[in-house]
Amino acid sequence: MMDIRKLTIKTAAMALRKKEISPVELIEKFYERIDVTDETIGAYISLEKEKALEQAAKASSMIDDGSSLLAGIPMAVKDNMCTEGTKTTCGSRILGNFIPPYTATAVSRLGEAGAVMLGKLNMDEFAMGGSTENSYYRKTRNPWNTKMVPGGSSGGSAAAVASGQAIFTLGSDTGGSIRQPAAFCGVVGLKPTYGTVSRYGLVAFASSLDQIGPVTKTVEDSAIVLNAIAGRDKRDSTSIDTGINDYTQGINESPVGMKACIPVQYLSEGVAPEVRSKVQKAIEYYESIGVRCEETSLELADYAIAAYYIISSAEASSNLARYDGIKYGYRSNDFNSLLDLYKNSRSEGFGDEVKRRIMLGTYALSSGYYDAYYKKALKVRTLIKQEFDKLFDEYDFIIGPTAPTTAYPIGEKEGNPLEMYLGDVFTVSVNIAGLPAISVPCGLDSAGLPVGMQLIGRAHGERTILRAAHAYEMGNPFPIAEEVSHGL
Amino acid sequence: MDYEIVIGLEIHVELSTKSKIFCGCTTEFGGDINTHCCPVCTSMPGTLPVMNKKVVEYAAKAGLAMNCSVANFSKMDRKNYFYPDLPKAYQISQFDLPICKGGHVDIETDGGTKRIGITRIHMEEDAGKLLHDQWGKGTLVDYNRCGVPLIEIVSEPDMRSAREARDFAEKVRSILQYVGVSDCKMQEGSLRADVNLSVRPMGSNVLGTRTEMKNLNSFRSIYRAAESEAERQIKLIESGEAVVQETRRWDDDAGKSYSMRSKEEAHDYRYFPEPDLVPIEISDSLIDEYRKSLPEMPWERFERYTGELGIPEYDASLITASVKTADFFDKAVFSGADPKAASNWIMGDLMKLMKEIDTEDIPFDGEELAKLLKLIDSKKINNNIGKTVFAEMFRTGKAAGTIVSEKGLEVVSDEGLLDKVVEKVIEENPKSVADYLAGKDKAVGFLMGQVMKETKGKANPQIINGLIKDKLDAMKGM
Repeated sequence: MMDIRKLTIKTAAMALRKKEISPVELIEKFYERIDVTDETIGAYISLEKEKALEQAAKASSMIDDGSSLLAGIPMAVKDNMCTEGTKTTCGSRILGNFIPPYTATAVSRLGEAGAVMLGKLNMDEFAMGGSTENSYYRKTRNPWNTKMVPGGSSGGSAAAVASGQAIFTLGSDTGGSIRQPAAFCGVVGLKPTYGTVSRYGLVAFASSLDQIGPVTKTVEDSAIVLNAIAGRDKRDSTSIDTGINDYTQGINESPVGMKACIPVQYLSEGVAPEVRSKVQKAIEYYESIGVRCEETSLELADYAIAAYYIISSAEASSNLARYDGIKYGYRSNDFNSLLDLYKNSRSEGFGDEVKRRIMLGTYALSSGYYDAYYKKALKVRTLIKQEFDKLFDEYDFIIGPTAPTTAYPIGEKEGNPLEMYLGDVFTVSVNIAGLPAISVPCGLDSAGLPVGMQLIGRAHGERTILRAAHAYEMGNPFPIAEEVSHGL
Repeated sequence: MDYEIVIGLEIHVELSTKSKIFCGCTTEFGGDINTHCCPVCTSMPGTLPVMNKKVVEYAAKAGLAMNCSVANFSKMDRKNYFYPDLPKAYQISQFDLPICKGGHVDIETDGGTKRIGITRIHMEEDAGKLLHDQWGKGTLVDYNRCGVPLIEIVSEPDMRSAREARDFAEKVRSILQYVGVSDCKMQEGSLRADVNLSVRPMGSNVLGTRTEMKNLNSFRSIYRAAESEAERQIKLIESGEAVVQETRRWDDDAGKSYSMRSKEEAHDYRYFPEPDLVPIEISDSLIDEYRKSLPEMPWERFERYTGELGIPEYDASLITASVKTADFFDKAVFSGADPKAASNWIMGDLMKLMKEIDTEDIPFDGEELAKLLKLIDSKKINNNIGKTVFAEMFRTGKAAGTIVSEKGLEVVSDEGLLDKVVEKVIEENPKSVADYLAGKDKAVGFLMGQVMKETKGKANPQIINGLIKDKLDAMKGM
């Protein structure tokens, strides 16, 4: 009997092709699984069963002609990607009633490839947070230990894959929001080079940093999904034609002869000892298969968080200004003037973390502070890019932990946003520099929680990091969450 | 004390592209409420702007026509403020790197030609329109205008009178119409100006405190608002009070302005680079291409008209003031009309007719005038009939030939037919006949007029003149 928890895109596509299961049966099995587990896990905000079954029924011909590996594959999408006719809340009360009349390019490309969307996934409100505790709708729990956070902001995307509630999902990554939850949930998360995937229809958090990417069980699956969603989109002028047609190309080749580096800052005191030792073991593995690994230094790493929070909050303060209660979304009933309408709708519609960032960003852009904060942050951004460029003159990829710790208990960091921000220390600089990075599971700590390793590549170096990550994965099989999870 | 008035203008002009600046929606004026919009121009979550290349081209051409340099590298910025007609709560505009900089426009003043500096021209999007209390209590928003492309032309504070301000605005409009990047229809709000004005004692070179008067939508209101504001500021200074730096609203009906907000209440727009759009890069060769594609400008046509075509300067300056009359003139001359005759018809009949119904549109082109002149020259119709036909053409847009044949206005040269009329007129006017016979030659004129009246002005004057004289002279001998 098929264990759907273990299905990858490749194995599911094979089963569909061999008609071991029909696409409709496959979708039904996933909804059964969701029925059983999601009350505990809390990965989904909304489900679209009727539409999904309709889509599945249509997938048969594509499965038969073998034109797409994704045909009939059940997947789900973070709730900040617009889906025509399906509520898109962004994890916020302010968009609680928002049903877009259009679909995000990345999602429609998956649809064209035959993938079937099961529903929309939970997230930190407007993708701001690292634990999915900032969702207005529900808490998402870590499938490895339901007392723990799944990470965030794409916590629903990572938990759904880890708990077998979707074969793959889409997340979005502004400062680590795909990679960190992937690390916490023991799955693979890829943030592509900025511009690789169209942002059209992705509800903006920080436009110059946001990038959509896949969350999958295997490295190869993430390359398969990227193939479907990547590519220039005329509706997003920051999207680019990368010239890469197939991200799986060369994925099975050995990375022997590649050069990797480990910035000393990435294995410093601030990193949990068990995380450090797992990553070190992974480095040893790379050396054993012929990857030359050297220690190096990223001097500006310390400034990345400050620059990131200024730039992302500044852009967010402007991007989120449109939620004013006038045209769509939540409107307070309590107002007597235009100003009250604005104030009350926004006060009631946004959560604390979002308000915090809007205030931070507004402040950073204000006249008299612009030069000291925003402008300086842009300068730091340029310098960080240059520092990475220099490393990539010499190395093929950078190795480090995805996050300084493994998943922490729900509620532990609520009320301490600064500590939460520091958890982004290894991921934000990648967005600042617009680079691709992948998080792959590299073992469990003594509490049985997954540790994630991050591989960073040069711009458009996805295939290099995919090959390196795939080689590691082949040599270090990782269990699925269900085998060790509590009570499921 | 004598005061000097210092004025700078910011002129907002709608570009005449077919589609909006960041999406494919039409820019057409009118249209049912909220029918010319889409998720992009109404700023739905997740949508992104995409730059309309035509907007960049038009803005660059406008700048070149005003002698600006076009930037090889410019970018869009966000101007953040809350207002219900602005669905993103920011306007995409240009802040520190506008597309055009450093140009000038010449205007004619009593003291000769005066050069007004252009500081910059930048591109931006228009906002929607609020409709107050049209459907019961409350305000609704029409998003049709959201994303309509605009350029803002910022002048140097080089104008010294309300008249110069108005003349500058008119010149800018004329130039834009010549280039064909805007139709500048005032009544549709496609040209609006902000007047920045200060006064200072004559001879001082320190600028006084300025005020800004927003959204003036006619040349008349620019003139009146500037006059009134200068007077207000001088009065304040004379009475020992200070001018407050502020934004003011001009009420054209009341002929007065009101304070809108002071400097302290001014918005902090928190400008920052628009991350959803890539910078605008224009190569030198493209700028050159734009420059070469510019049509003949008003001052160039003026030179041609007064030189090669021998048109008086005054006439040439009036004809070139609007691209519509200039094009009309050119087409008439191109179609074979005598330049001086065409100019006279435009200066006289055409401008009178346009003024009568206060329009800038001419319902037919210059070729039709040339055809009319040909009918007159070949004596198919006489000059007076020509004027009637021209008015009819203006009213109906019909061709001259059509009007002449429909109404049977061709000159009658049939001597047999005219002979009978002359006979009748002589019979009915014995007094005039007697006058003539008594040596008053002028009587012939009266008799000719009577013949014309009988023939509804269509008689060939040479023929009837001959016929009348022959008949009267014959009577002399009797």
